[in-house]
Amino acid sequence: MPMLMAFASALTSDLNEPAHYLVWGFVQVSIGNLVVILIMVLLFVLALVLPFPKGKDES
Amino acid sequence: MTSTEQVPVDEPFNMAEEDPAETGSWTVAVRRKFFGTYPPEKLLPARQPAYMASWIYVFGVLTIAALVVIIASGIVLSFEGPAWYHTSSFGLFTNSLHFWSVQLFFVFMVVHLWGKFWMAAWRGRRAMTWITGAVAFIVSIGTAFTGYLVQTNLDSQWISFEAKDGLNTVGIGAWFNVANLGQTLLLHVFLLPLVLGALTVIHVLLVRKHGIVPPIDAAAPQQEPVVIDAPEAEVQS
Repeated sequence: MPMLMAFASALTSDLNEPAHYLVWGFVQVSIGNLVVILIMVLLFVLALVLPFPKGKDES
Repeated sequence: MTSTEQVPVDEPFNMAEEDPAETGSWTVAVRRKFFGTYPPEKLLPARQPAYMASWIYVFGVLTIAALVVIIASGIVLSFEGPAWYHTSSFGLFTNSLHFWSVQLFFVFMVVHLWGKFWMAAWRGRRAMTWITGAVAFIVSIGTAFTGYLVQTNLDSQWISFEAKDGLNTVGIGAWFNVANLGQTLLLHVFLLPLVLGALTVIHVLLVRKHGIVPPIDAAAPQQEPVVIDAPEAEVQS
């Protein structure tokens, strides 16, 4: 739940404000960067599973 | 288009007939080498293998498309200057277009990188294609970094002085001075785009030369070389 709050906060807050960070031990990532990474992972997965439209001369 | 068709002898790129006066000419040697490797139908092919019908194969060209927008908007920004792109509405739009196309460029390039990594795209004598792509990725990071440094705002000032500590720590702060606007500006608008552009062209030419990498469980199409500089007797037989 706190993570969801942080995500919502990152997506709606002013980008000129200091970034929100998630910290797991020595691993530290800003919510903004994490959102970009998750978007890239989502794009990658969708590119693998979504069917590609067939060309006009293909059966 | 079949991969075995031969170029007719009267094609402009045919080099079967050698003029004795051209012997030893380096321009002729370069022409032979280039058009021997890249006949027009290979440079701009009409068809691609069936396995290319997947969204994962789209991200390379998306990266190039984003790069074209970056270069075009960058040219406008360099002509008009910060006094324009920090104040006028169209300047702010162009500045934002440049910035956000860079974000898309990196997103597309990373997905392209993941796709090629997991299909081991260096297979089939494609090592140089992989290496030029990896080096282009590293140069892109440098280009984007110097771009952040030349925004001429508080953000760029903050980034440069944070980075300066890091670069001083590894001992290259005197050589690459991120607080030197002239140096970072020239790196960003001239040297690094030149290197990145050249790497991109080489990368694409290598893709054309070796073909699109097949998925691991797919068989590569039989590619027979297009005969382009064979003796006339062979071509006619």
